[in-house]
Amino acid sequence: MSWLTQGQVPLEAYLVVSGLLFLIGVVGVLVRRNAIVIFMCIELMLNAANLAIVAFADQLQQTDGQVFVFFVMAVAAAEVGIGLALIVNVFRARQTVYVDEVNLLKG
Amino acid sequence: MDWTFGLPPEWSWLVWTLIKTLVLIGGVLGVLPIMIWGERKVAGHVQFRPGPNRVGPFGLLQPLADVLKLVFKEDVMPHSANRVLFFLAPVLALVPAFVVLTVIPIGPQFVVTDVNVGLLVFFAMSSLGVYAITLAGWAGNNKYGLMGGLRSSAQMISYELAMGLSVIGVILLTGSLSLVDIVKAQDGRILGFLPRWFVFYQPVGFLAFVVTMLAETNRAPFDLPEAEGELVAGYHVEYSSMKFAAFFMGEYANMIAISCVCTALFLGGWHGPWLPPVWGGIVWFVLKVSILQVFFLFVRWTLPRLRYDQLMNLGWKVLLPLTLANALVTAVAVALREGWLR
Amino acid sequence: MTPIFFLLFAVMAVVSALMVVLQKSPVTSAVYLVLVFLSLGGFFVLLHAPFLAAVQVVVYAGAIMVLFLFVIMLLNLQRDVDDGLHHAARRVFGWALGILLAAQAFLLLRGSWALGPRGKEPAALVHAQGNTQVIGVRLFGDYLWPFEITSLVLLVAVVGAIVLSLRRGRSTGVEDAP
Repeated sequence: MSWLTQGQVPLEAYLVVSGLLFLIGVVGVLVRRNAIVIFMCIELMLNAANLAIVAFADQLQQTDGQVFVFFVMAVAAAEVGIGLALIVNVFRARQTVYVDEVNLLKG
Repeated sequence: MDWTFGLPPEWSWLVWTLIKTLVLIGGVLGVLPIMIWGERKVAGHVQFRPGPNRVGPFGLLQPLADVLKLVFKEDVMPHSANRVLFFLAPVLALVPAFVVLTVIPIGPQFVVTDVNVGLLVFFAMSSLGVYAITLAGWAGNNKYGLMGGLRSSAQMISYELAMGLSVIGVILLTGSLSLVDIVKAQDGRILGFLPRWFVFYQPVGFLAFVVTMLAETNRAPFDLPEAEGELVAGYHVEYSSMKFAAFFMGEYANMIAISCVCTALFLGGWHGPWLPPVWGGIVWFVLKVSILQVFFLFVRWTLPRLRYDQLMNLGWKVLLPLTLANALVTAVAVALREGWLR
Repeated sequence: MTPIFFLLFAVMAVVSALMVVLQKSPVTSAVYLVLVFLSLGGFFVLLHAPFLAAVQVVVYAGAIMVLFLFVIMLLNLQRDVDDGLHHAARRVFGWALGILLAAQAFLLLRGSWALGPRGKEPAALVHAQGNTQVIGVRLFGDYLWPFEITSLVLLVAVVGAIVLSLRRGRSTGVEDAP
């Protein structure tokens, strides 16, 4: 951890943070019942990936990574719009947002 | 600004930036009482009455009386309100306005930080200002507050879109997102006497920006969400005393910040004739911002309030196509000027 | 000074992300997620991408999370009810899987791995021209097709969201205003 005093944050540090955020997102998707909170954890995973991409783009001195992050943000925005509309529809039909209560097709 | 406090260069830069920011915040907070007094006086005279004139000469101590009243009121928090969000919302109303002030050039060398995406910082902060209203409406656990909060948030995000599009013309003409560069590009004269402000090059953009300025700060005629008479004061219905004062201050601070951005974008920033360059720039900037503030006050007490559907109609069906067309025409004009269309 | 800011943003991001998962009320989770996005914006600034940082705050923190909050408030979601044995069992299983994945990631990171090819935009060029211009040149140059297709994706999302939220059985298809 000598970089703390030397002023240059290594790539691995950013990857560790990105990995931690991704893991917390995965655990969130597995642990929570509320569909909207699960969706929020998916956004968390997307952002962790964004962080990793930009960290690599800075390390390799190219901007292709940053352009890619731009596209990820646009697609995530589109996904959130449609996903939330779907969740609202499910709520209107079943009066619940908990994913384990939407089980009419269960055998 | 060269004294280093005996610290390594990065730290002394940080200390200087903090000092400049504190001076700015202090300046804005000092101007707020003048705005409160000005609002009441303009309201009075527009309505053919004198306005406050009891408390001090010309009612100049009225803001002090207002602040004292608010301080001594009981600070009520509803029992079933969400405590953290109840505290957080007024803070979120104030802080983004101060962040915007740090990227605006007030004089020829007076800018706290010259970020080269300064205009985007302004848009980021106005996006964060929506949270104050949304969370305030939710935290009070009151259905009128929630309705007012949701309506106001919807209004603000709709007009944010038109605001962003209306400045595209200015960005195309300058080629930079930095407010310092935009102000520098407005130097000089057209035809020898008209200053090269972007209001003359982009009248449609200026008009759209002024309308969205009113909508973003929730000022009349777009103040249905906080309508005192109609929606029971909307999203800040559950707030009293100092938290209400914080919302109040946040509204005025937002007005100042957005007027500063409008001045930098369209009215030439600190450019102005006849005064010496260094402090003359600051004088001209403050003058232009004050004119915009007086405009805000006049409009509030002159125009009737827009109904919610009329408001959304204006934002989506009128301003959006208008600003898109403006962006298209400006892009074609810039391409012709640069010779890219052969 | 960069390492101090990095540590600040890292702690803020990880703690806020944990709070997103652990909080019972969806509105509080959403506010913590906004904090995560703001600290990610800070990371982007440290990684010499100020344009991306501003876009992150405007798009994620300023638009997407406002949409989340709208839906949560419209559905009037109160605190999650998570009591009961089989819910607790699912939670334990989820956390165990998470720890397993963490161990796997740790082992992977410790092994040897190679970086990809270097690009042609050194930090000096980015600093001279500005992050926005460099991204713009790549976006409208090499990546024009993905840009246009992304605009189509956004159009589909707008139309889809409107179609999905129409109430059935109304001939005009106009929904209630909030």
